[in-house]
Amino acid sequence: MTDRAEPPTAVRFARVSRHYGEVRAADDLSFEIADGEFFSLLGPSGSGKTTCLRLIAGFEQPTAGEIFVHGRAMAGVPPYERDVNTVFQDYALFPHMTVADNVAYGPMIKGVPREERMREAAAMLEMVALGGLGGRKPSQLSGGQRQRVALARALINRPKVLLLDEPLGALDLKLREQMQVELKAIQRRVGITFVYVTHDQGEALSMSDRIAVFDRGRIEQIGTATDIYEHPASAFVAGFVGVSNLVAAEVAAAITGASATFSIRPEKIRIERPEAAVPEGHCAVGGRIESVLYLGANTRYAIALDHGGELTVLDQNREEQTGLADRRVGAPVKLVWNRRHIQTIGARPPAP
Amino acid sequence: MRSRPNAKASPRAGGTAGWPLTLGAVAGLLFLHVPLAFILLYAFSTEEKSFVFPPPGLTLKWFAVVWERDDIWRAMWLSVRVASISTLMALILGTLAAMALYRSRFFGKEVVSLLILLPIALPGIVTGISLRSAFNLLDMPFSYWTIVLGHATFCIVVVYNNVVARLRRSSPALIEASMDLGANSFQTFRHVVLPNVATALLAGGMLAFALSFDEIIVTTFTAGQQTTLPIWMLTELVRPRQRPVTNVVAVFVVAITFLPILGAYYLTRDTHESGGSGK
Repeated sequence: MTDRAEPPTAVRFARVSRHYGEVRAADDLSFEIADGEFFSLLGPSGSGKTTCLRLIAGFEQPTAGEIFVHGRAMAGVPPYERDVNTVFQDYALFPHMTVADNVAYGPMIKGVPREERMREAAAMLEMVALGGLGGRKPSQLSGGQRQRVALARALINRPKVLLLDEPLGALDLKLREQMQVELKAIQRRVGITFVYVTHDQGEALSMSDRIAVFDRGRIEQIGTATDIYEHPASAFVAGFVGVSNLVAAEVAAAITGASATFSIRPEKIRIERPEAAVPEGHCAVGGRIESVLYLGANTRYAIALDHGGELTVLDQNREEQTGLADRRVGAPVKLVWNRRHIQTIGARPPAP
Repeated sequence: MRSRPNAKASPRAGGTAGWPLTLGAVAGLLFLHVPLAFILLYAFSTEEKSFVFPPPGLTLKWFAVVWERDDIWRAMWLSVRVASISTLMALILGTLAAMALYRSRFFGKEVVSLLILLPIALPGIVTGISLRSAFNLLDMPFSYWTIVLGHATFCIVVVYNNVVARLRRSSPALIEASMDLGANSFQTFRHVVLPNVATALLAGGMLAFALSFDEIIVTTFTAGQQTTLPIWMLTELVRPRQRPVTNVVAVFVVAITFLPILGAYYLTRDTHESGGSGK
């Protein structure tokens, strides 16, 4: 043990399971979320991430195990006695109330006098850049504005933990990117632990301090964005977070000399002429261009390898590169990458 | 205006109906509503033994006669009381049933909801006979309360239908959101659920009141010596004298039942939900 004080734990799962009959929505999960952390639960739909969120909020009870919020066991504590608040996927704003009354709902329930809670609500609305819209009904707001109201309504209670259930899912791409920046800024300002559920790996990578990748009710990997992206612990993580090339053991043996399945990110691979020299510490494989997909900022190539199998290569368009004779479909190429970027994958089979 | 020689344009696509359809619609509407106009007209007729057209003369004296007659006022007052109490029972029981069936999932849920809806689908005469035999079995004397119970069976359906339709449209996350923000079940009901179903309750209540107010079949089987307004009208029709009195009362009944239905229509017209009437 060291003397260095650990940051206090905001949420702790101790061997928590939630089963619906035969379905294991959460299967023996143990992990901790530090206080003040932006923690994302990332996974495909049905992987158990929303179940975890609802377990923390108290809408679901674990079948087994125990959940602690700031050290307090949550078993039998109803949602309205928990120091956590939720931003719902469809916002769940009360349609019969004005925006200000929506935001002031928590304080109203706690018995804060009307004048005071309306002042608080106005301040919260100001914080989410909705000052002056307090008198409107939720139906008169755009999707992005409703999203901010939902956030203000939760944050006004100063919860110890804020739960966000795919809050940006219903917004269009531009707005989503803008809200990602804002959410992160708000989280830094208020210093509250955010537990963020998403199936969008880009969202998770850009906002989170740490990410838990879920698959079929289990956590595949927990780590920082760079950990998860650069060092995926399983074939599932490699495939789900970003695009990855999975090279089967037989082909891998021919390339690296070691007969172990590995993954390599498309942007780590360089395309060279077949006669190019291979630098120290790199490995190389010959192939033929199968297809060329021009994406604006990048060009995506599919390369059929001489040893069998196919690799996707993402090449940044620093110069105008399409249309070059040696980058046409059918042209022979040599693929080169640094051995550092090879991630050997364990024996776990990839998810279906 | 010249008709366009486009053989493909169907009446529906063109936006205007052909003349046979228009004629049919007008005839249908006239058939439905002209008798109502006659009710109104004969309320002013000077001829008291039979309905002749055109009326020999017009008079307001039947309104005075109605004003003077105690039996009419007693019947009217009984109908108002029955309709009010049945509506009140329906509001409470219908709302509770709707919330229970909406929020929970259990084996036989569909059957239970069908059983709630059944009284409005069953012919009134079946409801009436079954209630009558049930009251007999229970040794219950026929009274004001047996009428109320009979009416409540179909009033509940109207309220239930309206509330269920409203609950289906509102996000189930609203209740969770309220709990999440610190409200217990009672506070959630008061601040979130009730305001959300309020107009549905008002609309359902108005329809239930109107249904009860002019109900005659079930009432016939469940009333003892009591005479509700519809029953009074039925007995009055066979009497030879003072016929226009019935018409005057009918005009009032139309007014009393039409206003709530109109109100219910305006309250729910933005929300595309069924009024659930059918009795």
